[in-house]
Amino acid sequence: MTKNRELVHPYIPNSVPEVTNEMLKEIGAKSVEDLLKGIPKRLRFKRSLNLPEPFLVEMELRNHVEEILSKNKTCKDYLSFLGAGCWQHYVPAVVDEIIHRAEFLTAYAGNTYSDLGKWQAFFEFQSMMGELLEMDVVSLPTFDWGTAVAFAIRMSSRMTGRNEVLVPKIISPERLSIFQNFCQSKRAPNNIDINLVDYDSKTGSIDLDDLKKKISSKTAAVYIENPSYLGIIESNGEEISNLAHNNGSEFIVGIDPISLGILNPPAEYGADIVCGNIQPLGLHLNFGGGVGGFIASRDESKYVSEYPLHLVSIAKTEDKKGFGFGFCSFDQTLYITREKGKDFTGTTVALWTIASAVYLSLMGPEGLRQIGETIIQKSHYAAQTLSKIDNLEIIFSPNFFKEFVVNFDETGKKVDEINKKLLTKKIIGGKNIANEFPNFGNSALYCITEMHSKKDIDRLAAALEEVLK
Amino acid sequence: MVNQQPRKYHAHVWDEPIILEMGRKGERGISIPKVEKEIEKAVKEYKSYVPSKMLRKKRPKLPEISQPHVLRHYLRLSQQTLGMSLNIDIGMGTCTMKYSPIINEELVGLPQFTETHPFQDERTVQGILEIIHKFARIMCEISGMAEFSFQPGGGAHGIFTNACMIRKYHEIKGELDDRNEIITTLFSHPADAACPATAGFKIISLHPDPETGLPDIEALKTAVSKNTAGLMITNPEDTGIFNPKIDEFVNIIHEAGGLCAYDQANSNALFGIARARDAGFDMCHFNIHKAFSSPHGSMGPACGAVGVSNELTEFLPVPIVTFQDSVYHLDYDRPNSIGKVREFFGNIETIVRAYSWVIGMGAEGLKKVSETSVINTNYLIKKMSNIPGVTMAYPKQNIRLDQVRFSLEKLKKDSGVGTEDIARRMIDFGIQEYFTSHHPWVVPEPFLPEPCETYSKKDIDYWVSIIKYVCDEAYANPEIARTAPHNQSTSKINQGVLNDPNNWAMTWRAHVRKNKRPTHK
Amino acid sequence: MKKKLGLIVNPIAGMGGSVGLKGTDGEKILEKAKKLGAIPKAPNRAIEALKEISSIKDTIDLITYPHDMGENEVKACNFDPIVIGSIQEDYTTSTDTRNAARDMLRTKVDLILFVGGDGTARDIYEAIGDKLPVLGVPAGVKIHSGVFAINPKNAGILTVMYLQERASLIEAEVMDIDEEAFRHNRVSAKLFGYLKIPNFPQMVQDTKAGSIPSEAAAMIDIAWEVVDNMRDDHIYIIGPGSTTKSIMKQLRLKYTLLGVDIIYRKKLIENDVNENKILKLIDGKKAKIVVTVIGGQGYVFGRGNQQISAEVIKNVGKENIIVVATENKIVSLNGKPLLVDTGNDEIDDVLKGYIRVVTGFMRSIVYKVA
Repeated sequence: MTKNRELVHPYIPNSVPEVTNEMLKEIGAKSVEDLLKGIPKRLRFKRSLNLPEPFLVEMELRNHVEEILSKNKTCKDYLSFLGAGCWQHYVPAVVDEIIHRAEFLTAYAGNTYSDLGKWQAFFEFQSMMGELLEMDVVSLPTFDWGTAVAFAIRMSSRMTGRNEVLVPKIISPERLSIFQNFCQSKRAPNNIDINLVDYDSKTGSIDLDDLKKKISSKTAAVYIENPSYLGIIESNGEEISNLAHNNGSEFIVGIDPISLGILNPPAEYGADIVCGNIQPLGLHLNFGGGVGGFIASRDESKYVSEYPLHLVSIAKTEDKKGFGFGFCSFDQTLYITREKGKDFTGTTVALWTIASAVYLSLMGPEGLRQIGETIIQKSHYAAQTLSKIDNLEIIFSPNFFKEFVVNFDETGKKVDEINKKLLTKKIIGGKNIANEFPNFGNSALYCITEMHSKKDIDRLAAALEEVLK
Repeated sequence: MVNQQPRKYHAHVWDEPIILEMGRKGERGISIPKVEKEIEKAVKEYKSYVPSKMLRKKRPKLPEISQPHVLRHYLRLSQQTLGMSLNIDIGMGTCTMKYSPIINEELVGLPQFTETHPFQDERTVQGILEIIHKFARIMCEISGMAEFSFQPGGGAHGIFTNACMIRKYHEIKGELDDRNEIITTLFSHPADAACPATAGFKIISLHPDPETGLPDIEALKTAVSKNTAGLMITNPEDTGIFNPKIDEFVNIIHEAGGLCAYDQANSNALFGIARARDAGFDMCHFNIHKAFSSPHGSMGPACGAVGVSNELTEFLPVPIVTFQDSVYHLDYDRPNSIGKVREFFGNIETIVRAYSWVIGMGAEGLKKVSETSVINTNYLIKKMSNIPGVTMAYPKQNIRLDQVRFSLEKLKKDSGVGTEDIARRMIDFGIQEYFTSHHPWVVPEPFLPEPCETYSKKDIDYWVSIIKYVCDEAYANPEIARTAPHNQSTSKINQGVLNDPNNWAMTWRAHVRKNKRPTHK
Repeated sequence: MKKKLGLIVNPIAGMGGSVGLKGTDGEKILEKAKKLGAIPKAPNRAIEALKEISSIKDTIDLITYPHDMGENEVKACNFDPIVIGSIQEDYTTSTDTRNAARDMLRTKVDLILFVGGDGTARDIYEAIGDKLPVLGVPAGVKIHSGVFAINPKNAGILTVMYLQERASLIEAEVMDIDEEAFRHNRVSAKLFGYLKIPNFPQMVQDTKAGSIPSEAAAMIDIAWEVVDNMRDDHIYIIGPGSTTKSIMKQLRLKYTLLGVDIIYRKKLIENDVNENKILKLIDGKKAKIVVTVIGGQGYVFGRGNQQISAEVIKNVGKENIIVVATENKIVSLNGKPLLVDTGNDEIDDVLKGYIRVVTGFMRSIVYKVA
């Protein structure tokens, strides 16, 4: 780089020195320093930023970043069995084509007039999710599943005026930590206590007796996940719903949307609010960056008034000839409930809703049913195959969807050790949950999706046998 | 004074139906892999793995559409969206609508990034960890802070994360019982009030002085007490005016025992010019999807990168990427951490892009970004003078940094045409509507352009000429702006239904139920 | 069905101002104004507003009073009005305004557009209360009430929006000052009540920050904040106004909108007390005053709440004053400071400086008092 010449950068049209000078002249300033005099000298940064030498040539920049990224081993090169809230599903090519359109990629806060297409895609996302969930109100998503549930818990607390929530003991520790950050502002008036409900040690589903013991007049909401963090399909949805409702509590259910081609949507067993992660619907793993959490509910003012997230509504034009969209702005109506401490929204993951909209319209009802069947049969094939290996045990059979827990206690080998060996065979083993759930011993959470072939599963089994020898 | 004729423009009008009205029964958009015959033989029918009560009984009413039609539909919707790349998008103050380099889209599209799982063994993701770690070092140098986390998924989320850290800090000191108040200003981003409120704090906002537009130090002194937990403030605020006493503000809060968080949403004019830590701040956040070029994505994925001073690194969310013995590690062993604010590590795609952007700029390039943004803003102010009906807020302060707030109060009084009308009218010329301002509108009928370094002198001239054209037109024939837009994909909507439970519809099924008759044939 | 718009012009409103008289309430003053050569300005103001409405004239029924009270102005704009009632030409009084308002109520108009000042607003309020939405076209000398549009043109635009169902309703204050006292440079403002006026809320959607609470929601929010922090060892003196009374509503207590009410441990002690009674009730006890900003001028003491006198404030102490107001109200002051006029300079001085104004649940704004 030539230090003596002014840098003319391809991203900065006005970096041409003649243009800068013309503009300064027109402003009536001698130099840019004249325009920075609002910042006192004592607050000015005195030296140059000490940053790495730049790659000003695009070709060199590309090489540099590609070289770094090439150090990664991917779930494409390797055979991966990781899930736990970020799942490897097939992303149709059309999805990527659409979300890379510069129009969607670089739009931001424009209203329905400039960005009609973006708003329509949002509305279509909400609408198709509504069909999948059998619910009339679906929000634009927030950052992730955990935040969506945290907001739903806070909605319930405001609606009921109660400050306690029951959540399952089998839950992603990451999600639980997010709930704590959102709910447990100790001694603040919006503090919500989080109490854990035990699981049935045989089935892994919610322990109804423990739920009955813990539910009280303080309980704002009962939250369950279906399938749960460890893959189990909860069978007592209706009973839990009744327990919650008879107690005046809200019933919140977290789901994996890709399961809903075959699994009953929670609205059918009484859920008031449904949350979940849209990542399975057309998003890449992106090192965990492809997630997004939605909230859905019935179309009642009581719920709608409490959403902290954006709700896109369709609206006719004033000339009644066409339609456009806007945010449902509840506060203008007469129905006003406790306004205590509404939450925040802002820039979240809107582009992912467009991906999911494209995904759902490609899949259709048949596609979703088929993928559900394929996944559940493949995962059970995998569980069966692995259970034949000596000293391996599958916990909580037979009701799971795409994830299941493999226990290695009898093998005398630690999960980390096993996974390390699998890695040498270009296999990424299941997530080690020994620290998260010590009760389950030396266990790993395996995930099977439509991406795994019989060959892949057999390869895993063979590798495990070898590793455990 | 600029007098340019507007160029011809009309938006695409495809009159696309809602997707649920499209296709026909039996059509397919994509084929699903079936299970192999051997698996079919080895396992039972899927229904036997699902408790009967949990089986779906009726098919979801999703559309059934062939692939070319799905593609055509969404391509048409994209054409009806005025992304930043397509227009002179300088109206969106506080948003920094800058060029998002295409090269970075190619880089984040590489399978070496898209196909990595967050729970992979750290030794298999050294590349992405290297980028995160290196970018954190860059951010530390830019801000003067000691460590960064990229977990928060947006600006507001970054502010929330900072509020959680302030909470943790006082909790560990045993002072949280008393310290339950966060001080901010009305011209800081509204999230500086909303997010700490979610975290359980009371919010005290300082009203700007009507002459200077800045918060008064005397007002701060009234607000500070033994209950003060911290200050969360933007600078320059959403007016483009730099608060020259910002370090005094910080001192007052520190003396009272509080922490100071710098909302750097408006940082585009400050690269290499002023740093958060040098003004005494304990923590800060940057919007990676704004000043650091990651595209806005129609409203995310985004990143609110949070940085903290050495004393506060223990509170950052886990994990932190460290570098030891030539290997990058994920450090979870941080007992005083606030834990997680988002599952996994955040929207790391924004970090790959931002790293690439900064490394393609260098120190000199970054400073050029800021200087150009300042020159562009003040040039725009010059060009805007003497447009009928337009005044600049706080005219006694004659220079601005990254953005500038104007008022159309006079135009509204004279013609009845307000700032929202003008915003809608602007897009009839193929220019993205401007951002009026966050609420409350302390400046009446406001608008807030931010001509960042992406825009040329000619771009600014043209944008100003459209403002002038539209204001002149409002005086001559106010009806045009009031009923705008006229050249767009849709016309003015009846906002009333958005407030009406009997008419609002967040899903197609709700719309059909409430209207009996679909909007479209 | 066609929407009905009622129009009432107070033809003499504003005549005093142009000749240096403060208002035209009282017949003698009007005579004096006419002698001094005052020209009626209300009719022209009415016409300015009507011009904005003429675009929808075929879609509405316009109902008005005879002669200068509307008929003449309307006809000048080529409307075809339905004229009701009867008055004496060239001589109108406040009784005519009241009668017109009552007739409009009987005719069930959708909105009364009136042209006048505070006195006219008060006449309408006293005749029909808040049974009909109204909107004022400012033409009087005194415009302290919140029921007026910023100018005739905007009154016209807002009327069209409301009749086209594009605007909602909000409460606005009816204030008036005693003109006789005003003429002698003594201000004695009183809050008479609230009328509903169309409001075109800032419908711009803040896509980046979420929704903006309505005034009604904001008041509930404020009430939560005050109620949640109520202390059992303090008497609460709740000043006049709908913002302060949202606290009484929250506690389900009977209240007087325009009076001062006293509560203790969330129970009502007494409604509508005067200064002496307040002093007696708080004697030797801890107390807190809850007041709101009254009128567009930004008074927190000395306008409409004179019962909370300098003496009361002195006894309670500055640290025990809770000022409540919606964020909108504060912002609509345009940066002008809050004002105090207790009649006691010493107390006024103590109150000056910066003060916290509670604007919502767990929220306040620090604002200047001068």
